[in-house]
Amino acid sequence: MARSINQNAYSSALPNFRNLGILFRILVAVNVFAAAAALVKAGDARMLWEELLEISAVVQPLLIASLLALVVLNDILRRLPYAFGLAAVFALEMTLTAVLYGAGKSFHAAEFAALPRYWVLVALATAVLLFYFHLRGRALSPALSEARLQALQARIRPHFLFNSINAVLSLIRQDPRRAEAALEDMADLFRVFMADNRELAPLAREVELCRQYLELEQLRLGERLKVEWHVEKMPSDALIPPLVLQPLLENAVYHGIEPRVEPGVVSINIYRARDQVHAVLRNPYQQQGGHHAGNKMALANIRERLQLHFDAEASLTAKVGAQEYQVHIVIPYVKEARA
Amino acid sequence: MSESPLPLRVLIVDDEAPARDRMRDLLSDCGKELPLSLVGEAAGARAALDLLGRSAADVVLLDIRMPEMDGIELAQHLLKLEPPPAVVFTTAYDAYAIKAFEVHAVDYLLKPIRLARLKEALARVREAAPPGLETLREMQRAPRTHLSAQERGKVHLIPIEEVVYLKAELKYVTVRTPKREFLIEESLLRLEEEYAERFVRVHRNCLVARAAIRGFERDTVEEGETHWVVLLDGISDRIAVSRRQQHVVREISRG
Repeated sequence: MARSINQNAYSSALPNFRNLGILFRILVAVNVFAAAAALVKAGDARMLWEELLEISAVVQPLLIASLLALVVLNDILRRLPYAFGLAAVFALEMTLTAVLYGAGKSFHAAEFAALPRYWVLVALATAVLLFYFHLRGRALSPALSEARLQALQARIRPHFLFNSINAVLSLIRQDPRRAEAALEDMADLFRVFMADNRELAPLAREVELCRQYLELEQLRLGERLKVEWHVEKMPSDALIPPLVLQPLLENAVYHGIEPRVEPGVVSINIYRARDQVHAVLRNPYQQQGGHHAGNKMALANIRERLQLHFDAEASLTAKVGAQEYQVHIVIPYVKEARA
Repeated sequence: MSESPLPLRVLIVDDEAPARDRMRDLLSDCGKELPLSLVGEAAGARAALDLLGRSAADVVLLDIRMPEMDGIELAQHLLKLEPPPAVVFTTAYDAYAIKAFEVHAVDYLLKPIRLARLKEALARVREAAPPGLETLREMQRAPRTHLSAQERGKVHLIPIEEVVYLKAELKYVTVRTPKREFLIEESLLRLEEEYAERFVRVHRNCLVARAAIRGFERDTVEEGETHWVVLLDGISDRIAVSRRQQHVVREISRG
């Protein structure tokens, strides 16, 4: 099953409980509830601390147990139809509450209220959170983000298109075979540019695409463009959003190579570090070359797409050095067809 | 209309080799109907001016986006040639420039270039005047990267970062670099506006490159009257700071 953000199309889905961003949101929300409850119960400032401790003693074990259970059961829960998934989450919470209630009661019996009261509170918190995730899912869901993603994708630089066509035209008479190869590369590139790129695709494919793209640029720029690949250690099967690296290389060529008279090196370094895939792209950079607005927009686009796919687990950082520009992308290592 | 017996002399300027190849092919296709002679090909502004210093051209086919110096700036320097060649701009895609060309009715060709369009443009070239300096200035997006001086039919490019000071003298401006001086026909006021960040006015007739200022010194002129002078990197010329511009000394010394 290919993982994508339009999974389950338009219908609602449970959030991915293995995503750090989701877990973090739950953690914060529940603690805010707890603090609010303490604030209501406490008569004065002195009491507030005690109330907070008391509530925490009840809330935190349940919270941690719930998160653990959700992480473990994530795949099963998310494979259920949404309604069953919801029911399962409620059932899970009720059960955990009952179990922890039983365990807690044997420690200090006196301080506990009746079980149904906890049930009601837990059910309420669960409902609020699930409703929040439902709304959030909507906001990021295909209905809205489809348009957004499409807008993000439709950013192939016309500059590149027309210059490439021109370069191919120049080859037709002198070197028809190279012209053929170049047109084949262009066809492949534009097939991807125009495809529905919402599904994640293997890293190897994106790298292949980047090679074809740079091949075309080399046609135009000749010796001025030098490319260094360091991808021997990359996890080829990692899944990434398509067209994340290619636009960055396009930037590197446009801002780093084209404004230079002397040859320049674009380097691509992709490797895996534990559960993360890192991609580091470097290109020469001179302070004076304008066009920053375009570059920032491209970066913002890619950042947004990474976020739509991976939430807080992916990052993109750009660094401007004295002579060099560097973009560093980190995404979680997700393989195809994982169980 | 009088048939011109002389072939039209054409120069191609483009930083991308395949684009030049393509243009050469198209020109040889045109040659069957339109007498043409290719003066040469240049990958950049400097090479173009070198070539034109040796052999004149009637028309320059000029790419807009090039490293070091863009086509719009080069067109301004080409105007210093006697007589200036006609210019036809070429571009693959540059929304901004295209809009400017439309506004100012400047001829341009879109890449990939069609043979018919190229023929049209070349046929018109003899009648059309080259785009005026004012027009090109208006289209210029950033300060020019070079100044240019005409000497004995050749146009010298002076990288702006080499300029130490600019001094107005009668109708000329002296451009001082560490190696030598050039005379250019421009207004100091205009240069001051164009390079507001790079140069500072120290005197009614003089702009000094901020980066070249090493310090200031008190100097005695006649009758014991003293004033400030600018000490410069790389050259021993001392530039007087006028009474009205004394505040510059304080501003720059403070950093």
